[in-house]
Amino acid sequence: MSNQHKIWLLKLIIHLFSMGLISLTYFNALNDNLGADPVEAVLHFTGIGAINLLLLSLVISPLVRQWKLSWLMQVRRLLGLYAFFYALCHVLSFWAFEIQFNVSLFFEEIIERPYITVGLVSFMLLMALAITSWSKIKRKMGKSWQKLHNWVYLAITLAVIHFYWSVKSDLTEPLIYFIILVVLLSFRKNKFIRK
Amino acid sequence: MKPVKYSKYNESENQVTDEKIYRDRRQVLKSLGFVGASSILAPYAHGIDWFSSNKKTFETSPLKYQAASSIADTLTPEAKVISHNNFYEFGTAKNDPAENAQSFKVDPWTLEISGECEKPITLNYDDLFTTFDLQERIYRFRCVEAWSMVIPWIGFQLSELLKKVQPTSRAKYVAFETLFDPQQMPGQKSRRIGGGIDYPYVEGLRIDEAQNPLTLLSVGLYGKTLPPQNGAPIRLVVPWKYGFKSIKSIVKIKLVEKMPPTTWNILAPNEYGFYANVNPQVDHPRWSQASERRITTGGLLARNRVATLPFNGYGEQVAHLYKSMDLRKFY
Ligand code: HEM
Repeated sequence: MSNQHKIWLLKLIIHLFSMGLISLTYFNALNDNLGADPVEAVLHFTGIGAINLLLLSLVISPLVRQWKLSWLMQVRRLLGLYAFFYALCHVLSFWAFEIQFNVSLFFEEIIERPYITVGLVSFMLLMALAITSWSKIKRKMGKSWQKLHNWVYLAITLAVIHFYWSVKSDLTEPLIYFIILVVLLSFRKNKFIRK
Repeated sequence: MKPVKYSKYNESENQVTDEKIYRDRRQVLKSLGFVGASSILAPYAHGIDWFSSNKKTFETSPLKYQAASSIADTLTPEAKVISHNNFYEFGTAKNDPAENAQSFKVDPWTLEISGECEKPITLNYDDLFTTFDLQERIYRFRCVEAWSMVIPWIGFQLSELLKKVQPTSRAKYVAFETLFDPQQMPGQKSRRIGGGIDYPYVEGLRIDEAQNPLTLLSVGLYGKTLPPQNGAPIRLVVPWKYGFKSIKSIVKIKLVEKMPPTTWNILAPNEYGFYANVNPQVDHPRWSQASERRITTGGLLARNRVATLPFNGYGEQVAHLYKSMDLRKFY
């Protein structure tokens, strides 16, 4: 298979997987077929989904370096954009279905609940990255693009903190994510040390 | 909200089927490895369940009781009441107890009532259903996590039991304890499954709270004995307090002189107090308690956010218990 085909196939799989799962989730949630509390189920699914996709996008460049799979680089943006899309669905679901469009409660929660504030900061960073992922903008930005996109490490770290903080007592799952994150960041330690 | 007649909910065959569908749907998501890291590793195990999804469910039996006439709140469907539970002894996800508790053994059972009383007694499984007349109570149930349900419980007043054992003048508090049986309760065997709680789960009430007519020892819901995920065979229901006070699968009730330790208070004293009265004015440090989502029917689009009422709307019956207390301090 040529690299072009591989890219094409992998992108197709990412589209089907990401769109398929989220559609299935919302379809079942709308029909009250997702457990007793579909709102909670949707928040969990989109939150964890966003983190999973972000982590996947961070696996790419270590893989490329290790195994010289430079074609893989071509799917990184798609994973990042889907991560943002899931995060967007997460935030919108929070506002629409959890808070139910109550604007003052929304702002109250964001200001008063540190774990939500952290989630919001993470979300804003992801939004900035998503907007500037457009090739035209990327070209215009030149060197500062990489600088801006290094903020992804802060965004994912904040997201995992937000996850950790939102949990009542069972911290195993967020801790597993912390470990994965630390491993992924350790591949890039040069980046952090150089500066 | 329209008043609902209880009888409408009495035939529950459909609802039981519904519940299976709920669980299967969740299973699909889990199988795809997206709900939680732990399940990423287990798609094959789930796949197996999936095709032979005839897992045995716990058998409940119909009860004789005095029915509640009618109520103003819309009931939470039975399928949801028995599939959305916080019972960390069986796992921390809301659907874990329904999945992991089906083989729980409730008969034989012993409930021991002792401590500062004249006539301590021990009730066996059958006694739980025959010692007192059973009645139905439809209560709002408000979880500290800001969701709520409306549930037709069946049981008897804790006050009747207390009358029977005759508390002494030194009985100032009532302490409760859940069964400790790690063989049956995976959360007690593994700290990871059990959410890092030190078991057995313990709870407590002040004696006047325990004697309040609203305080119920429940042995059933929706006309039948309790399923294990809801605390079979006997649990407490204190409708004006957050759900974690309503301790499940009780084996010991002890009358004591000093305020007893309570599980969530031990775990996070700044978040969960001994009193834990439903109070829209006092937020949980991490979320608002001013409103709640009422779980009834309707999917994602259900407009189910309602204002939380002081004492969960039972202020008339219980506010006098706390007259001179600063409820911000004693949360
Ligand atoms: C304004 C921004 C955000 C808000 C208001 C928000 C809100 C919430 C809320 C209310 C919960 C708790 C759900 C529950 O336990 O019932 C939650 C959990 C979570 N959020 Fe967010 N969030 C935001 C941003 C993000 C972002 C950007 C990510 C990931 C990239 C994220 C990932 C998660 C995860 C993984 C969970 C835990 C889900 C679980 O316990 O299974 N959140 N969020």
